[in-house]
Amino acid sequence: MQIARVIGTVVSTQKHPKFEGAKLLLVQPIALDDTPRGNPLLAVDSVGAGVHEKVLVVIEGRAAGEALGRKGAPVDAAVIGIIDVVDVPPDVARDKQE
Amino acid sequence: MQLARVIGDIVATRKDETLTGIKLMVLQPIAADGSNAGRTLVAVDAVGAGVGETVFFVRGKEASFPFHPTEVTTDAGIVGIVDHWDLG
Repeated sequence: MQIARVIGTVVSTQKHPKFEGAKLLLVQPIALDDTPRGNPLLAVDSVGAGVHEKVLVVIEGRAAGEALGRKGAPVDAAVIGIIDVVDVPPDVARDKQE
Repeated sequence: MQLARVIGDIVATRKDETLTGIKLMVLQPIAADGSNAGRTLVAVDAVGAGVGETVFFVRGKEASFPFHPTEVTTDAGIVGIVDHWDLG
């Protein structure tokens, strides 16, 4: 799972039927120090996350489909949790950033 | 599977219901010499690992197998705590 920040929402009218009723979010993966890491991606939302929130994202097809509650959905990423706290003790995390 | 150091944990009240009661840990993958190797990630914990420990984890849907029959929504999971490792 990756830590990410919700940076936007996506609206699509014409889409695969399995997406019916699903909320699409634009999420930016972030490092532990909150700096952006890599490119933003689209994820379906299964927990009711909002813009600016820090979230947990699974980036794997079957897990994302399960989060959506639909087998065989053509998805590869899903928001599965809203993060309250990331606790990384500084002494353990020495030179933690790539 | 890959070696990693547990460097933190995550608290998330609102989450996928299959994750209820499961610990979420922040991992730093490491190379055979113990140096950092790649990006940090979050994994579910199936073995009771703690912050500061060296573990091995699996990526992909298989990470949910230890919680069978619950289909835990995850793409990474800690499946062992490393006591030590040796290079030949």
